[in-house]
Amino acid sequence: MRGKAVIAGVGHTAFGKLPGRTTDSLNVEASRKAIQDAGIDKDAVDAVFVKYPTSQHRSMYGQTVAEALGLQPRIGGVWDQGGATNISMISFAAMAIEHGQCEIALVTIADNPKTGTRQAYERGWGDDAVHGWFGVAAGYAMIMRRHMEEFGTTHEQFGAIARASRRHGAENPHAQLRLPLTEQMYDESRLVVDPLRRDDICLVSDGGAAVVVMSAERARDLGVPAPVPILGFGQGQTSWEVAQRPVLTSTAAEISAKTAFAMAGMTPKDIDVAQLYDCFTIAVMMTLEDYGFARKGEGGRFAEDGNVELGGGLPINTSGGLLSETGMPGMQLVIEGVRQVRGTSVNQVPDAQTAIVSNQGGIMHTHSTLILGR
Amino acid sequence: MAAEVPLPEITPLTEPYWSGLEAGELRFQRCGGCRNAWLPAREECPRCLSDDASWEASAGRARLISWVVYHSAVHPSFADRLPYNVAVVELDEGARLITSINASEDELSIEMPLTLSIEQESGVSIPRFSPS
Repeated sequence: MRGKAVIAGVGHTAFGKLPGRTTDSLNVEASRKAIQDAGIDKDAVDAVFVKYPTSQHRSMYGQTVAEALGLQPRIGGVWDQGGATNISMISFAAMAIEHGQCEIALVTIADNPKTGTRQAYERGWGDDAVHGWFGVAAGYAMIMRRHMEEFGTTHEQFGAIARASRRHGAENPHAQLRLPLTEQMYDESRLVVDPLRRDDICLVSDGGAAVVVMSAERARDLGVPAPVPILGFGQGQTSWEVAQRPVLTSTAAEISAKTAFAMAGMTPKDIDVAQLYDCFTIAVMMTLEDYGFARKGEGGRFAEDGNVELGGGLPINTSGGLLSETGMPGMQLVIEGVRQVRGTSVNQVPDAQTAIVSNQGGIMHTHSTLILGR
Repeated sequence: MAAEVPLPEITPLTEPYWSGLEAGELRFQRCGGCRNAWLPAREECPRCLSDDASWEASAGRARLISWVVYHSAVHPSFADRLPYNVAVVELDEGARLITSINASEDELSIEMPLTLSIEQESGVSIPRFSPS
């Protein structure tokens, strides 16, 4: 399937605190912009894939969004893999197009936990709440501790990841947090749930983002101005809760990337820029290792050596990622991957030909990978 | 008045676990088909899918897989205990569970041996562990 489908258009709303905006409206705004960017007629869209809004359960939400868009999709609905959902939906759309189930797919996400409720991220874990076991952050902290103990990974090395995202986000006029992070600021950042510091943890954000997927052939026929070929994709799922997971320090990111690299006919050496899901810095650390950019246990040294900053061997999160651009789960990373391949990022990697994007959800339960390139 | 610690919602499925703790033992489930051992309670063995599970008492020895230390309270009932730890441990019999360790953070390291200590939390018996 390498190169058969393209991302034809991308769009997003403002990021941050957007009081009064519903997820319906944010989905429509992002979709309108993605359709305009693709330069197509709205009524050509015949598939609508919608990410479940984590902070608010709404049954049959895919139909609500399709109605707001005035569309009658041939295929679509709501998907829920947490933060892995967006790339997974893009890959399902590409496969549906390849097999004649639809021709032009809109893939969209919106959520408003900043003005709405963060409850989904702070709940107790069933009967284990009696031990004080609450919240998504603590699950990541549990994995981070094991990584630090097993491999000697240091706070300073996690700080190098946070500093890269924050430096890049500071240059992005759309970013929610445009404050570069110094080593000293990171060191003084308060411990939330040790070993996680405040600056290891992503933003909470309202917003919407969408992309249009179609075949490369269709994009040529329609005269789409800047289509970006999808070279590979993959998924993987751990399923076990943190307490039951047999191994804490590697994840389904490994099989997800293996599938994507095989489809693309590429290896990590072929990647020019990476947008890695940074809900917490430990997620980036383990993705660098599981994707094969660094050996297992050596992600810390890889980050510390400056590889992940602009000008380094593998710049990451060039629009700021979840730590700086917006805490929205994942589509902003796809959009930045598209910008890099188009050559239109505010932090453009010179002559970037290929970009890899990771999405992951739950506490590293789900993972999806996208490789873009020209 | 301080917020109350959220207590387990005991169901027919989990009742043997909680009544075991009241009786002074930490029970886990063992598959009659493939001998897999697990927690928390479930109807079928996640390895062989058999529904032939029985409860066994652990000998109470475990090792530390990982731990965290809360420095801010997500739930108000834990605010006056900060900082407090929560850990993942693996029983010698193979099942893993969420618990907490009766030790200060600088005494902890992964793989360290631990011993069960059943304690009271708001009238409910819960499993904690101490360094062996």
